[in-house]
Amino acid sequence: MLAKRIIPCLDVKDGRVVKGVQFVGLRDAGDPVEAARRYDEAGADEITFLDITASHEKRGTLLDMVRAAADQIFVPLTVGGGVGSERDIEALLDAGADKIAINTAAVREPELVERAAARWGAQAIVVAIDARRVGTDEPVSTMGAPPGEPGSAPKPPRWTVVTHGGRRETGLDVVEWAKRITGLGAGEILLTSMDRDGTKAGYDLALTRAVADAVSVPVIASGGVGTLEHLYEGLVVGGADAALCASIFHDGTYSVAEAKAYLAGRGVPVRLGEPRRGGS
Amino acid sequence: MACVVVVDLGMGNLRSVERAITRAAEDRGLASEVVRSGRPEDVLGADKIVVPGQGAFRDCAAALAGELGEALREAVRRGTPYLGICLGLQALFETSEEAPGAAGLAVFRGAVRRLDPGAGADVVKIPHIGWNRLDMKRAPEGALAAWGSEAPHVYFVHSYHAVPEDPSIVVATVTHGPNVVTAAVARDNVTAVQFHPEKSQGAGLALLGAFVAA
Repeated sequence: MLAKRIIPCLDVKDGRVVKGVQFVGLRDAGDPVEAARRYDEAGADEITFLDITASHEKRGTLLDMVRAAADQIFVPLTVGGGVGSERDIEALLDAGADKIAINTAAVREPELVERAAARWGAQAIVVAIDARRVGTDEPVSTMGAPPGEPGSAPKPPRWTVVTHGGRRETGLDVVEWAKRITGLGAGEILLTSMDRDGTKAGYDLALTRAVADAVSVPVIASGGVGTLEHLYEGLVVGGADAALCASIFHDGTYSVAEAKAYLAGRGVPVRLGEPRRGGS
Repeated sequence: MACVVVVDLGMGNLRSVERAITRAAEDRGLASEVVRSGRPEDVLGADKIVVPGQGAFRDCAAALAGELGEALREAVRRGTPYLGICLGLQALFETSEEAPGAAGLAVFRGAVRRLDPGAGADVVKIPHIGWNRLDMKRAPEGALAAWGSEAPHVYFVHSYHAVPEDPSIVVATVTHGPNVVTAAVARDNVTAVQFHPEKSQGAGLALLGAFVAA
């Protein structure tokens, strides 16, 4: 049985971690390569870099960083942020990334995902979807209103795809978009709730569940993790295959090992750390 | 100093495999030279051969159709230690459902078949991506003995797997829905794994280190 994955995510800008990583003994809290190496050794199942560098001229900095990280970590590395063309994808894969996350460009040009999956395989192409709830407010109870009252039944929640860090509405329905883009070849969906991102209030579980049930590829839940219970909920209630986390690890609130021990204790299949130089 | 040739089939980035072998050797304090090559003479001159692979079986079969494939078969016959990774495992078999008509190295009898997504409550996602725990089918030998008695989680990314005619070559499997996936095979000097040791952190480095050391 596949283990559920725990994926620390490092937001980087101009080759530096946007929000410092608080590890004991870390020489440079802003060095993404050192942070990635430490997460690798700490038992992270994958590492993700999301580049938020505004300027395209600084792309070389990102590639150098990916190259250095790929040389030092021995788990899969996903890189996203500003990926707009096959040339961008090729450069990142050549630098040593295993998977490329495409966000805005996939909305602008879904055929890019199709061509990239055909060329490099679906396993290398992650489509990142930023989702925002529309219409209804989030229900207090997921059970909804009592049945049998036509006209008063709450409408099921809906989400729309947003791009440019949430600044732009696309009008696309998230579940329909996820189905369409996996049909074109996306190998995984990185699903971020823009309502929950940064709140530490937990994943949008209805969103996670709706997408996980709609597509046949793994779904990585993102946005809102503040506690270990939230990880459990995202993976079990939300049905995600993997949990992307940033601040709960970067702040030093929990270690990857603590998160996995907690999940294992609640019966979630996870990869527990194995000694690097184990055996002889 | 052992010369490990990482065989380049022209199918993508081999850097992570090279780096992981180098690191695994360093971890064990071993001197090794890791050389990337697609030349038959380098394969025949190697102390050890690693055949990584990702991508499509048809491209792999095309790369192996000529002298390079013949050199690999010859090296296997001579007893050169061979480690196949992912497509480097599948290439050891005769055929693949992924590419009807394309021929593998046929070192082992059997075919490569598509994973079954299952149905109903047993439905699983294909490709099989992620960490899965090995189920050892028999006492491992050679590099596969690296983990001692602890069967580790290792990292997989694939949609097809080999189904050997001779089940005794299967050392480890993993379960993915209705599939009992061939995860590791071994016979004599040939060891091959469907998973990616270069992406399997400590467990993968232990395997690569044991292969270089053996």
